[in-house]
Amino acid sequence: MVFSSKLIEEAVNEIAKLPGIGQKTALRLVLHLLKQDENFTTSLTDSLLKLRRDIQYCRHCHYISDEPECNICQNKSRDRSLICVVESSQDVIAIENTNQYRGLYHILGGVISPMEGVSPADLNIESLLNRLPESEVKEIILALSPTMEGDTTAFYLTKRLKTFAIKITSIARGIPIGSELEYADEITLGRSILTRTNYE
Amino acid sequence: MVLYLKDLNLYNFKNYEDLKLEFSAGINCFLGDNGSGKTNLLDAVFYLSMSKSYFNSIDNQNIRHGEEMFVVQGNFETADKKHHVLCGVQTGQKKTFKLDKKIYERISDHIGKFPVVMIAPNDIALIYEGSEERRKFFDSLISQIDNPYLLDLMQYNHYLKQRNTLLKQFAEHNRIDRDLLAAYDEPILRLGAKIFARRQTFMLEFQPIFQGHYETISQYKEQTQLVYDSDCAVAEFSEVFRQNTNKDLALQRTTLGVHRDDFEFKIDNYSLKKFGSQGQQKSFLIALKLAHFEIVRQNKNLKPILLLDDIFDKLDEKRMSCLMQMVADHTFGQIFVTDARPERTQQIFAQIEGDKKFFNLQNGQIRNE
Repeated sequence: MVFSSKLIEEAVNEIAKLPGIGQKTALRLVLHLLKQDENFTTSLTDSLLKLRRDIQYCRHCHYISDEPECNICQNKSRDRSLICVVESSQDVIAIENTNQYRGLYHILGGVISPMEGVSPADLNIESLLNRLPESEVKEIILALSPTMEGDTTAFYLTKRLKTFAIKITSIARGIPIGSELEYADEITLGRSILTRTNYE
Repeated sequence: MVLYLKDLNLYNFKNYEDLKLEFSAGINCFLGDNGSGKTNLLDAVFYLSMSKSYFNSIDNQNIRHGEEMFVVQGNFETADKKHHVLCGVQTGQKKTFKLDKKIYERISDHIGKFPVVMIAPNDIALIYEGSEERRKFFDSLISQIDNPYLLDLMQYNHYLKQRNTLLKQFAEHNRIDRDLLAAYDEPILRLGAKIFARRQTFMLEFQPIFQGHYETISQYKEQTQLVYDSDCAVAEFSEVFRQNTNKDLALQRTTLGVHRDDFEFKIDNYSLKKFGSQGQQKSFLIALKLAHFEIVRQNKNLKPILLLDDIFDKLDEKRMSCLMQMVADHTFGQIFVTDARPERTQQIFAQIEGDKKFFNLQNGQIRNE
């Protein structure tokens, strides 16, 4: 793309680095900012700077937080005997939105993949193991993506958690609610037949 | 059940800029000089069936020189249904593969829907090259009749790559995490056992069909053997595999498993590669392909489309007449043939009844039909 101004070009290139935003959208955003009051841009950049500078990760579960301890870990009404292990903060938000879970979380920060250079040391695995002694935790729920890397990570965690007398479970996999059976892929359908549940 | 490709449309595929062809449900002959693009047409049909090239596994290299993308599309007809298949490859982007305008989430789901069997001069590599060629041949065959097998295989290969990368990383960092290695051993053993069992049962089904075809073609009663040779053919392979861990760590790769399987070709218990005559080798290859055809036909109740590349030059008369007898007997469904000598092909097929179509190719164009 050719720009009449070096300043616009720089701004567009920076914004276009964001996920899901291409050059055209970036240009639209830049031109939009120029049309607004200067205050609009300053408050936007201030809030972003502050976000970057002040954001913290919970020292227990690594969830995004304004304080050293996140609001979920602080919440006295949460069930401290349950830890749900997830890949990312987005996964916590997704599970929280279900209103079905009242336990604690632990965010790994990814899944193991040697080919992509992600080893267990790059993930928050040691900190999970360190949380367990002298805690009330009775069950760990593995809520990782049902991909090959997710499965490997789950298997590895199970191995590492064996030394603790804690129940390890995994979220169920099967047919999405409201979907039609005939459109389900064979692997999911096959698996949901094998791991069928009692009808209640 | 009938299966045939009704038409084909190429855009910037190999030497074709823009080409539209309509086919006969019977025999289709591509005629033209060397380099006119006969084989490329067979490969385009292969693409629509197997989602890749028979000759060049790098998709990008099948784009016409100086262009950015190619599109191959065509309409298949079975007994009562019509299906449109499209394959698009663009440099720097993921391949798109569509069935009836719908993009596949997993392209591998397409394999086996519209089966083809290719007979080409470079098949000789099956005899002379390493075990990888033979695994590829049998894997592609089993995948056509058993799609979940392909998925197991792809997963196995993925875990294997991860495990091998891990073994290298252990050596680099001089640190071994046995728990992590175990996380890869588990799926590799589980999937490996499935693949081993499938290859075993497949060979039991394949061998007698193959032997039958070999006898017909060679007209000798030599006993052929397809010996499936696998590390897994021991009691308690998991134990052997685990005991081998130190060797894997030292060599920085997985030294046992179905990824090393081989299929030995033998005649009267002698190696075909070392001791087989040229005639025996040719008969063996054709018999392999005809058995491929037969096993897909039995399993899918569908005659695969037959792609014959340059066989008139490469086969001797005896084997040729045997194959042509099968054509005349309507053993096959739709057939595509290439030949550089139009008179010869026309003469051979003149004696055979049924619907025929001849295409004369020149510089990526059809001269006349």
